[in-house]
Amino acid sequence: MISKLFDSVAAAVADIQDGATVMIGGFGTAGMPSELIDGLIGNGARDLVVVNNNAGNGETGLAALLKAGRVRKIICSFPRQADSQVFDALYRAGKIELELVPQGNLACRIEAAGAGLGAIFTPTGYGTALAEGKETRRIAGRDYVLELPIRADVALIKCHIADRWGNLTYRKTARNFGPIMARAAATTIVQADHVVALGQIDPEVIVTPGIFVKRVVEVARADRLPLAA
Amino acid sequence: MTQDIQRMSRDQLAARVARDIPEGAYVNLGIGAPTQVANYLPPDREIFLQSENGLLGMGPAPAKGQEDPELINAGKQPVSLLPGGSYFHHGDSFAMMRGGHLDICVLGAFQVAVNGDLANWHTGAADAIPAVGGAMDLAIGAKQVFVMMDLLTKSGESKLVERCSYPLTGVSCVDRIYSDLAVIDIDANGPRVIEMVPGLDIETLRAMTGVDLKFTGVQA
Repeated sequence: MISKLFDSVAAAVADIQDGATVMIGGFGTAGMPSELIDGLIGNGARDLVVVNNNAGNGETGLAALLKAGRVRKIICSFPRQADSQVFDALYRAGKIELELVPQGNLACRIEAAGAGLGAIFTPTGYGTALAEGKETRRIAGRDYVLELPIRADVALIKCHIADRWGNLTYRKTARNFGPIMARAAATTIVQADHVVALGQIDPEVIVTPGIFVKRVVEVARADRLPLAA
Repeated sequence: MTQDIQRMSRDQLAARVARDIPEGAYVNLGIGAPTQVANYLPPDREIFLQSENGLLGMGPAPAKGQEDPELINAGKQPVSLLPGGSYFHHGDSFAMMRGGHLDICVLGAFQVAVNGDLANWHTGAADAIPAVGGAMDLAIGAKQVFVMMDLLTKSGESKLVERCSYPLTGVSCVDRIYSDLAVIDIDANGPRVIEMVPGLDIETLRAMTGVDLKFTGVQA
């Protein structure tokens, strides 16, 4: 019997290595797999490259991982926010490297990795500082920038409902980067609000098929919502 | 005959932009001032608001106590979903934005150049932490790019310029500027003023901006 279920967050993230590239889902705190991130802090891996849309909010989740000094470099689109004080301080102190990527390029570079593409030509960023030094090409009268896929060793994502084969559904705008990151990492680790029996998720509504998922751990937050009847 | 220039407030400007958004339009309102445009869309007009973080058919902020931390907009504020709305992942969201599926986006700006170049993501200052988000995708992806901004900086310099001094967001991408003083179309022939606020005249506006302006349907 195949089961991707893990009993604990600590076990699910135990083998993440120093120097790993780790995708972390979420847009702000919506969809952020905070408990998996706490597990990664507990695991002790350092020198990490993190891929996320932002660079942490407040003092918890991704911000806590940054504060613990575990992240060498962050690849993101929008680091500076009202509550990004942890990143701001590290960046100003020269203690973290930033690769700033337009959000849509971040998304399609992640998609390209998951889809097995060698590169993409995107119009976004053409003629701007974020495309400096990159190959460009005019195709059918429009200018494009060559961008390379972003792959990861590990993706940490949050979903709403999972089963033991790793089929996933998401909830509202917590979906964001989850489905595309799940495809772009060698090992995708999911924290689920709920784990249900095989067949309990309507196959028509599965967003991430289990082939993209290696590990699932149920995290029953105190404020988690009950399953809809 | 001279009267004071009746500069538009932020709310008046948001209402002015809202007037030009037609029924059936798919629209992305950028974070900051453009978000306020939603407050002035007439409820009897069906308009589809898209948010880059994965929703279409975005509704207003929920009542206090009804906020859901997993239902937010691009500015990370709690919002609601209208009946018929949908959720999707970032790949789909940016396909909508980059792929020419949005009819209109409304963005803020530091500067717009006479050829439609847009600068709105980074001042370029050495101590500034850059952040770009979805601005570059919207700037080149929406069918029409509206900019909503004050025409002058606080120190009185024109934000409509010959050439942007701030780092660019997109090349030759702005179609129209809604400012507190005038509405200005930008096309291959450069900027063309189509509306001015009461009390403002052509010569004053020319002197304020210092760029070559054409005028259509505007009284001298």
